[in-house]
Amino acid sequence: MYNARTEQRRAWLQASPALIWLGFFFLAPLVLILIYSFQGRADDGTVLWNWSLANYQKLFADGAFWRTLWLSTWIALVVTAITLVVSYPLAFFMATRSPKIRGVLVLAVMIPFWTNFLVRIYAWKVLLGNNGVLNRFLGQFDLGPLQIINSPSAVIMALIYGELPYMILPLYAALERFDWVQLEAARDLGAGRFQTFWRVLLPQTLPGITAGSILVFVPTVGTFAVSDILGGTSVNMVGNTLSLQFGSASNWAYGSAISMIFMLLLLGAILLYFKATREVNDGENPG
Amino acid sequence: MNTPTWAVELDHVTKEFRGSVAVRDISLKIADGEFFSLLGPSGCGKTTLLRMIAGFENPSSGDIYIEGVLMGETPANRRDVNTVFQSYALFPHMSVAENVAFGLHMKNINKADIATRVKQALDMVQLGTFGDRRPKQLSGGQQQRVALARALINEPEVLLLDEPLAALDLKLRKEMQLELKSIQQRLGITFIFVTHDQEEALTMSDRIAVMELGKVLQVGQPTEIYERPKTRFVADFIGECNFIDGTVLAVENGAVTLETDGGVRVVGTGMFPVAAGDHAVLAVRPEKVRLVEGQQPQGTNVFAAIVERVAYIGSDTRIIVRLPDGSPFDVWEANTVSTLDPNQYYTAGDPVYVTWATQNSLILER
Repeated sequence: MYNARTEQRRAWLQASPALIWLGFFFLAPLVLILIYSFQGRADDGTVLWNWSLANYQKLFADGAFWRTLWLSTWIALVVTAITLVVSYPLAFFMATRSPKIRGVLVLAVMIPFWTNFLVRIYAWKVLLGNNGVLNRFLGQFDLGPLQIINSPSAVIMALIYGELPYMILPLYAALERFDWVQLEAARDLGAGRFQTFWRVLLPQTLPGITAGSILVFVPTVGTFAVSDILGGTSVNMVGNTLSLQFGSASNWAYGSAISMIFMLLLLGAILLYFKATREVNDGENPG
Repeated sequence: MNTPTWAVELDHVTKEFRGSVAVRDISLKIADGEFFSLLGPSGCGKTTLLRMIAGFENPSSGDIYIEGVLMGETPANRRDVNTVFQSYALFPHMSVAENVAFGLHMKNINKADIATRVKQALDMVQLGTFGDRRPKQLSGGQQQRVALARALINEPEVLLLDEPLAALDLKLRKEMQLELKSIQQRLGITFIFVTHDQEEALTMSDRIAVMELGKVLQVGQPTEIYERPKTRFVADFIGECNFIDGTVLAVENGAVTLETDGGVRVVGTGMFPVAAGDHAVLAVRPEKVRLVEGQQPQGTNVFAAIVERVAYIGSDTRIIVRLPDGSPFDVWEANTVSTLDPNQYYTAGDPVYVTWATQNSLILER
């Protein structure tokens, strides 16, 4: 017997390991958080089973949370923009080298991954601290000290540093696929350097820009370690609020509500971004 | 002051890349409205020469004039030439019409005019209804036409074509050869056409420059290049050719007699100054040689030979015979009679005589 139903059953069967995996690791925790977000907090800090919209009502009235979200978004946008501007020329340089040198450069971009992220963030503390390397250097010339640590600047610098590879690699992948003869074709047809970049190279590397931007923006907007270590009390991002609710405040229900709203906003923003870049670049995937 | 009747003039142009010489002291004058081919094997410098005219490379020394104007280091976007690239280099993120419009767009021509001219250009290459498609949705031949329309819409003084037909199959290539030629004649634009395909060059060109190792060996009309090659390389590269080495015995009214090492005498038309005792080579094309069976024919240029291999290729039969000294010799016979009778053709082992007329063979430098 060979009919549509057995065929369908076989397809489900073949997909089942993936489905079980996804269900266990993604769907179940998400549902759990969704359920938590409608509960309350017991006096001992555990979850109080009592269905209500109270957390969401509290959240929408919580001015501190919205300021935190605004700061997170602003920092993530700045970090993404600067990372993009820094990475594009670098990725361009890498993609236009000989294949042998390209391999070495890609390896060089990935070397920071070999060291623990937290260790690297603490290194920035050593660099930027009030008694840090930078300020001591400036002191030699009777300059400074600059108050960088415990400010958004320190957080932004360290985030840019940490996220650079996630921007460079997708840009590099997009540029490496590019057919460089097209640049000559554009020049041949009368385009100057800027027009060649703007009308020919940029549109075709937009998928790399999109991927890199999302890869940088999403972890940045939700970071808590960097802002915790380098921002101190003056840089309060969404990640810090969440870690507070799930940590010392022991309000898992409220933290879950924040997570849900944050996730929905982020998802909406990414979808809008995808839509915008696809409209600009609808030529990349014809049909 | 340069005479502006030349579309392109190259004056002692040399190009070196990190010590290796790609183009070696080339001087050429290409006339307005001419279909000029640069023909040579890969690595002969023909593409480098084209790229220097386009403005993608600058000569290491020497000057390039386009319409009498010294180019110097004028960038590609400010030269009145356009290029059809070997890989077409169409912009995949733009529609066919946007690709074709690109050059006019860069010149800030108003949209209504662009639309009219894009339509004309696409009609010219028979792609009038394909404007909204993406390049990837077209066949290789159609992409080639888009590349042509995209270049020609700018009405350049000179169109540069870098092996534009190389990626097409044989039948399509022949069609495009005729079409390119007819477009060129209609528009009167100078075409500089780079190819390694000698048949293509012969079919399409007004003049051909044969190149090897960065140098131009010979410039001439297709008939001159084919019938009166000046060097052994040109004779060998363009079409097929048989060569017989020998020593000059006598020169008489332009007819040169050679004696081969085996003591056989051959006579051909002298193509370079020779004197008795010089080493030289006789060149004769396989379609100009006759095979004779039975009695030995009278006259000069007669060799006894044995048929070694016979290849029937439809329009001709190609016969490889072996001369007494053991060297192979190609003979092509046109199949002027339609027959299935195998006895009409030679078979391996047949004893034959090969012979050709003196005026059909050339004496070249060895």
